[in-house]
Amino acid sequence: MTASALAARAAAPDVRRFKIRRILRALLPAFSLALVIAAIAYLNPRAISYFGFNLMLNLAIPIALATIAQMFVIAGNDLDLSIGSFVGFVGCVAATWLRDQPLIGGLTLVGCVLAYAALGALVYLRNLPSIVVTLGMSFVWQGLAILLLPKPGGRAPDWLLSFMSFKPPLVPFPIVAAILIALVAHIGLMRSSYGAILRGSGGNAAAISRAGWSLFKAKVVLFGLTGFFGVLSGLALIGITTSADANIGNGYTLLSIAGVILGGGEFVGGRVSPIGAVIGALTLAMAASPLLTFMRIPPDWQVAANGAILIIVLAARVLISQRGAER
Amino acid sequence: MAGGTSLNIVKLEGVEKHFGAVRALDGVDFSIDQGECVGLVGHNGAGKSTLMNVLAGTLAPGAGRLVINGEEQRDYSPTRAKALGVRCVFQELSLCPNLTVAENARVFHAALTGLNWRKKAGRLILDKLDEIFPGHGVNPGDLIQDLSIGRRQMIEVARAFTATDEPVRLVILDEPTSSLDAHTAGQLLSFVRRVVAEGVSCVLISHLLGEILGNSDRIVVMRDGKAVASGQAKAFDREKLMAAMGGAEERKKKAAAASLAAARRGETPVCVRARPAGQKSEAQVVARQGEIIGLAGLAGHGQTDLLLDIFAAASRKQPGVEVTAPVALVAGDRQSDGVFPQWSILENIGVRSLRNLRDGLLISRRREEKLAEFWRDKIGIRTPDLSNNILSLSGGNQQKALFARALGSDARIILMDDPMRGVDVGTKLEVYDLIREEARAGRTFLWYTTETEELQNCDHVYIFRNGAIVADLARDALSEEKVIESSFEAG
Repeated sequence: MTASALAARAAAPDVRRFKIRRILRALLPAFSLALVIAAIAYLNPRAISYFGFNLMLNLAIPIALATIAQMFVIAGNDLDLSIGSFVGFVGCVAATWLRDQPLIGGLTLVGCVLAYAALGALVYLRNLPSIVVTLGMSFVWQGLAILLLPKPGGRAPDWLLSFMSFKPPLVPFPIVAAILIALVAHIGLMRSSYGAILRGSGGNAAAISRAGWSLFKAKVVLFGLTGFFGVLSGLALIGITTSADANIGNGYTLLSIAGVILGGGEFVGGRVSPIGAVIGALTLAMAASPLLTFMRIPPDWQVAANGAILIIVLAARVLISQRGAER
Repeated sequence: MAGGTSLNIVKLEGVEKHFGAVRALDGVDFSIDQGECVGLVGHNGAGKSTLMNVLAGTLAPGAGRLVINGEEQRDYSPTRAKALGVRCVFQELSLCPNLTVAENARVFHAALTGLNWRKKAGRLILDKLDEIFPGHGVNPGDLIQDLSIGRRQMIEVARAFTATDEPVRLVILDEPTSSLDAHTAGQLLSFVRRVVAEGVSCVLISHLLGEILGNSDRIVVMRDGKAVASGQAKAFDREKLMAAMGGAEERKKKAAAASLAAARRGETPVCVRARPAGQKSEAQVVARQGEIIGLAGLAGHGQTDLLLDIFAAASRKQPGVEVTAPVALVAGDRQSDGVFPQWSILENIGVRSLRNLRDGLLISRRREEKLAEFWRDKIGIRTPDLSNNILSLSGGNQQKALFARALGSDARIILMDDPMRGVDVGTKLEVYDLIREEARAGRTFLWYTTETEELQNCDHVYIFRNGAIVADLARDALSEEKVIESSFEAG
């Protein structure tokens, strides 16, 4: 505490240098996405087309939504380890109840969002570590999903299928969707006046509560937003895959965390970026299979290769931060 | 200031606040009138910050009456405080580092909403900064984490004076100039005089007595959780303030012990030589074998850093620090740096001595028990069973276990980082005796303490200010007035 204060005092208050560093860091996610696209273009030029992007980025929409969901809890210094199985559960609801009994299905999904908000309340009131609570919840969601859909199957409602296969002119749907998701989350969290309070609760909770704001409400809102975007992610996923499986979202937990971090977010301190998170999700989605397939890396190695990409990008980020800290 | 008919803003009557056994506020009476600047002084732990937290609504008083604008407050909260126009600038900054300057202004003002809130908030804070600190060089879009600590303090102060839909009636400034240079501190203090003339009230807390004497209308001195003196600023001078803060009564001098210690100094070999990192002169802390060395001064002025440097030097060479024997540290913050909360008392005592407790590759349970039992009997740790969890002990007994951990080890030098915080008097006296006994047996102690009274146990005292040694007092030269004087000088 004192040491860092002294260090801050010792470093000349060169705001401009900090700004350059910040811009560099903010551009890093976009840079890594450009790198992945360039690599794909080099390996397989035909992939860079309306049809190619549609195919490559198809699964990026649910990943982007899950990443935004994860970003909200991370903004409040928490972590959600249940988002993957939650997305799977939502998928199962969408492929069964939402088609057969829309009212019950719809109410269930609303209930899911409320359940998330209640988790936020629990974490705040009992001062529990969110990692433990959400790890426990991940088994609850998974169990519910298996109860609902013991074996893969079901079918997405037709309106969802037609929505997800929408083909806008010129720009592929996944890109339009990604821009829309990023904009909505950016305006909500970064530009709105209450968004500042939400991020502030992750930056310095004591300051927020001294200024008279309710930390309880902030936590509930953040978790509720996570639930909301988690529901959207599950719906988008089922709209693409057409049928569901209880395990369909399991990979999303780590993907979403990686997406937030790749997009310039940090685990603590309320430092997140919705636009970066969406770009991070797109990068992961493209690096996950299209790029590696084009590189002729066998599927067995793709997960490890994915990890390697993550490590490289994060290492670059640390390098930029360190250079800025040196005098 | 406004003459005899001035309006009362805040009145506290018999306010108490206890933290466990510590009486942070012990029946304080305090009042502030409109357009008055009240200087609040007192030594560490006198209760200034607690008093301020009560006024800000962040701590609820245990007993007593709180009257603001003539109304008694029952459900007092930070929101209520703000609605009544009471603002606080806390010593540890309350800005969100991940937000911009404008966003931090928004956090402070619930009324800043609507589509162009960002612009309004930026304008508001910038205008106030221009008014208080012309030439400040801050942009509303700057992230707080990118700004120097001085600029952060400027923003924090300016923010407290901004007004939207809620009035500004009273601003409490806790060490507002601690991170400002002389120029900006001067800007701030002259601004304070201006707003006070306009009818706003201020409470100024500072350890720079010159600042208090030069800018307050009235001065209140706190000591041991009570307001012990109060009067017009003109009636005080530096000596009077110091006397009121430290208590003028003469302490018993242990002359014999002092002269003995003085005679001994120079005979035994030097164990520790350490120069604080912030020291510009040649002064350094020197500890000889069997000595108890006190490190004093206001809290957070480099004493802990020096202890940690010495601790690090025992395992790896550090510039400016020389250590000749094994070292153990008794942490001051038990909960975060001291106890292993999941472990038993036994394991907590043994952890510093694992090498000696080994039997082959494994830890010998028997030896561990023997060590713990020896120290339980010697220090008097009150527990039915040493294998109980450490948290089953009272705070004072937990601290004893930490002493046992250090004293039971092979360390010849014991560093103590204000270890008696929140410990009851009985335990303290027992531990003092133990320390003196161990020192006679040849152990060396370096003891940072914020309680001036504890320095009476030391053979030699170094006083710290701003990360450097400013005074070097032998036992017989030591007095509370001297310690306070050295801690507060250069106001």
